[in-house]
Amino acid sequence: MGKFTKKRGKANPEVSTASLPDIIFMLLFFFMVVTVLRDSELKVANNVPSATELTKLEKKSLVNYLFIGKPLDKFQATYGTKPQLQLGDKFADLKEIPLYIEKHRSSVNEKEIPSIISSLKIDGKVTMGIVQDVKTELRKSGQLKVNYSAKPRAD
Amino acid sequence: MARDRKAPEVNAGSMADIAFLLLIFFLVTTTIVVDKGVLVKLPPWSNEPPPEMKLNSRNVYSVLVNANDDLLVRGEPKSITDLRADTKTFIMNPLKMEDMAEKPTKAIISLKNDRGTSYGTYLEVYNELKAAYNELREEEANKRHGKSFEYLERDEQKAIRADIPLVISEAEPTNFGEDK
Repeated sequence: MGKFTKKRGKANPEVSTASLPDIIFMLLFFFMVVTVLRDSELKVANNVPSATELTKLEKKSLVNYLFIGKPLDKFQATYGTKPQLQLGDKFADLKEIPLYIEKHRSSVNEKEIPSIISSLKIDGKVTMGIVQDVKTELRKSGQLKVNYSAKPRAD
Repeated sequence: MARDRKAPEVNAGSMADIAFLLLIFFLVTTTIVVDKGVLVKLPPWSNEPPPEMKLNSRNVYSVLVNANDDLLVRGEPKSITDLRADTKTFIMNPLKMEDMAEKPTKAIISLKNDRGTSYGTYLEVYNELKAAYNELREEEANKRHGKSFEYLERDEQKAIRADIPLVISEAEPTNFGEDK
């Protein structure tokens, strides 16, 4: 006990709190930025074509993403140069689509399941073969609302 | 003894500036992801082959995109730039031609592609077909209500949609020219 009283007697240095709000703001900005950027990392070339008849995807939580394109240079040694499907963060096989869709469905409210949209982010140079296979898989899993991702183009 | 020394005061006045600098830096560097695209509704899957439908050939507008990204519309080569206008004439048939749709509700666009067709071209064609419909609906909205389609009441939009229904039927592609 004696130790404590001894300490209290000394003049304790005042820490300036004037900069505290700024530090908090800085942290806030940092997290805001990080959460926006933290999208799934692209492993395939993904230069979507441009179009004019575009619809905006409103609710992010009701959208799942399927990427199709040539694997990026650093992945070509393992995955080759043929267009590949990417689900979430990793390369995937066509057979994994139903599971991917099902997983997303279980994460949303039951009432909102019919309004789930699959956003297909497909590189413009990909041939329709793989696109068709993906579409078939989506149809088989009952995911019929599809959005072909495209850049806006001035007409 | 370090405790006894007065702690040096750090000048906090510039902290706000540093925070703003950071804020501006992130504002400039981040690109807000705008997710837009062509919305499509796929037909439900069934294992049985679709029933044979007797269609009057005058109502069918067939568009074929081959593996070389060439366009064949109703058996004739066509450039993609003419597609939109041509589709509109086909659907509305203003001159009541014998070989065009009887009325907009009966018109069917049949789109077929090869597995070797590039996705970019496919989407461009799809976009043109959809644009043709959207333009027709827009014109109809202006004619009926003198307003743009997007500003109409919900039931007015519905009525126009019912009169000019978007029917794009996609056939199974042929196994042609897929890159291995």
